[in-house]
Amino acid sequence: MTIGLGHYLAVAAILFTLGIFGIFLNRKNVIVILMSIELILLAVNINLVAFSTHLGDIVGQIYALLVLTVAAAEAAIGLAILVVFYRNRGSIAVEDINLMSG
Amino acid sequence: MYQAIVFLPLLGAILAGIIALAGARARFPGKGPVASPEDSAANHGSHHGAADVGDGAVIHSSQHEEEAHEPAASGSRMAELITTTLLLICMILSWIAFVDVGFGHHDMRVPIFTWMTAGDLKVEWSLRIDTLTAVMLVVVNTVSAFVHLYSIGYMHEDPYRPRFFGYLSMFTFAMLMLVTADNLVQLFFGWEGVGLASYLLIGFWYHKPEANAAAIKAFIVNRVGDFGFALGIFAVFMLTGAIDFDTVFAQAPALTGKMINFFGWQADALTLTCLFLFMGAMGKSAQFLLHTWLPDAMEGPTPVSALIHAATMVTAGVFMVARLSPLFELAPNAQSFVILIGATTAFFAATIGLVQNDIKRIIAYSTCSQLGYMFVAMGVGAYSVGMFHLFTHAFFKGLLFLGSGSVIQAMHHEQDIRNMGGLKDRIPYTYIVMLIGTLALTGFPLTAGYFSKDAVIEAAYVGKNPMALYGFICTVSAALLTSFYSWRLIFKTFHGEPQDRKHWRDAHESPMVMLIPLGFLAAGSVLAGLPFKEIFAGHGVEGFFRDSLAFAKSNHVLEDMHHVPLQISVLPTVMMVIGFVIAWHFYIRRPDIPVELARQHDWLYRFLLNKWYFDELYDLIFVRPTIWLGRLLWKGGDGWLIDGFGPDGVSARVLDVTRNVVRLQTGYLYHYAFAMLIGAAAFITWFMFAMGTH
Repeated sequence: MTIGLGHYLAVAAILFTLGIFGIFLNRKNVIVILMSIELILLAVNINLVAFSTHLGDIVGQIYALLVLTVAAAEAAIGLAILVVFYRNRGSIAVEDINLMSG
Repeated sequence: MYQAIVFLPLLGAILAGIIALAGARARFPGKGPVASPEDSAANHGSHHGAADVGDGAVIHSSQHEEEAHEPAASGSRMAELITTTLLLICMILSWIAFVDVGFGHHDMRVPIFTWMTAGDLKVEWSLRIDTLTAVMLVVVNTVSAFVHLYSIGYMHEDPYRPRFFGYLSMFTFAMLMLVTADNLVQLFFGWEGVGLASYLLIGFWYHKPEANAAAIKAFIVNRVGDFGFALGIFAVFMLTGAIDFDTVFAQAPALTGKMINFFGWQADALTLTCLFLFMGAMGKSAQFLLHTWLPDAMEGPTPVSALIHAATMVTAGVFMVARLSPLFELAPNAQSFVILIGATTAFFAATIGLVQNDIKRIIAYSTCSQLGYMFVAMGVGAYSVGMFHLFTHAFFKGLLFLGSGSVIQAMHHEQDIRNMGGLKDRIPYTYIVMLIGTLALTGFPLTAGYFSKDAVIEAAYVGKNPMALYGFICTVSAALLTSFYSWRLIFKTFHGEPQDRKHWRDAHESPMVMLIPLGFLAAGSVLAGLPFKEIFAGHGVEGFFRDSLAFAKSNHVLEDMHHVPLQISVLPTVMMVIGFVIAWHFYIRRPDIPVELARQHDWLYRFLLNKWYFDELYDLIFVRPTIWLGRLLWKGGDGWLIDGFGPDGVSARVLDVTRNVVRLQTGYLYHYAFAMLIGAAAFITWFMFAMGTH
């Protein structure tokens, strides 16, 4: 069995869906949300690299590197916000974060 | 001069109204309504009603009266003097006009201005001065002037005198507007004006719930009559295309035999019109079936009872029938109805008067009964005789009311004759004038009532109308009853043993300002008969009334009256004597007899004491179903249907929707993100499939 583009895309889709579900079904911890976002970005990266290889165009891989950098920065900022939030509110449980409800 | 007669009382009312308003402002600073002088008299009562609790406000007390429970409004004396002086001037002018018009034959029509023009309907303000008007001017202004004068004494403890005098003058103005009316709409204006004034004055002591109830009752019962009156005016306009009297009367003979369709019922046009018009008269003159308001109206101050509910306003119905005599003369069936109602009222009210115990109510029922006499005279076609009785009645009934006011004041606002007795030694002057009034009312020979009442009874005897005999029987028996209850009142009030020693000892004669009007009216009660007999009921009618009253060619009542048998003409006097003797026997010689009689005929006594159960009957037929219907419409129609499906229902649904929408706003970030994702997915799907088809 040769592994083609479809398989890569399927893995990426599964990862993306896992990320989405990780965000929406998660009731516990904000850190899980951050991890889920990383999963989604990872799925995007797989897509980029898969298409890059498939189309023979190097730009996709450059973009993948770019996304990795941004993801790292985003994770750092997200964790920093989380630390500050924990200091202020004393909790990072998702249920407690409903300040936007009327 | 005629403008002065009519408008001086209006001027007085406006001035008194301004004073009342200024007084109210001084009493309750900052809370006064912004009102123009014209309506100040009218809307003043409500203002006082609203602000009555504010006694602690700054009070500018007057300088001349002793302190009552509340100091009088400043300017009270001024208001009294202005209105009374103006009315006295009016009275003198009226007598001059009476002579000028009645004997000098100077009829005239004083145009003032055009009120409105709408298509064929043209309504003018103008004063119609003929003998009929002149007679009413004299009656209204004389009684009104004396009542104004009397009220200065009677109301001297009341803190709201400017308002009272404003109302009195306003009433007088409306009544003058009524009697000088040149067309039916103007008549209706005066008609409603006196109704309004009557309402305001009955409810003058608005802090008494009974007074308010009586005022509302009077107003509503009058609305029933006025509804008929308005229909009558519409019918007249429909038939003749005009509402001014000259045109209507000129066209009236051509209308005989004409049919009119009334709710699918073919009726004789003139009869129907006259019946509708008479319905108004029944309401205003408190005739049988619409009489219930008059006795209750006695809740008002006594001068008001004398002026409005005895001498002037209640006779407006009689005046209206006389004024419209050219129409009634052409509708014999309507005349029969007038006799029927008048005679029934005369008898029925007199029976109730027999057993009442409130001094004012006895006189009120007497008024009702005497108005019945007038209508009998109107019905048989003896219009001038009816006017004669109206004329004399105004004097002696005004006198009786003012006299009873004097008694009431002497007894410290005691009105129950069972608690009186023996007063003739304490208040001899009042006793004498009351005696004169009673003699005139019962028809003692040579008093005013003797001539007019006899003339009414004779007219009923010779009347050609099929109902005339019934009218004759009822008026004669009512004469007996009248004599009995009048003397019963006198005996129980002034003779016998004092029932209430303390009040009896404290009883005092009224001040001079009250006694003078009594003296004048007593003189009128005696003198208003003989000098005027010829011109009202004798051979001088033609020359005196001329065109103001219409007599059909076949109407010989006035002529036939001079040829009645002797036994008929002395019958009323005999009745009067019998009534007097029975009353004397019952209340002076054997006071135990009436008690015994009342015990033996308990049901009859109760029947009469409860006024033939008319109030209860009306309560059952009209009031309760109305309340039931009102409650149904209120709870079911308005509350359930309109509110339920209208505003309340809509607002409840809006609340439901918003409550659900609010629940969507959880505040959880991932919910919003999820919604965003679903939206994004839906958009992409749509773009993929919908756009892809192109």
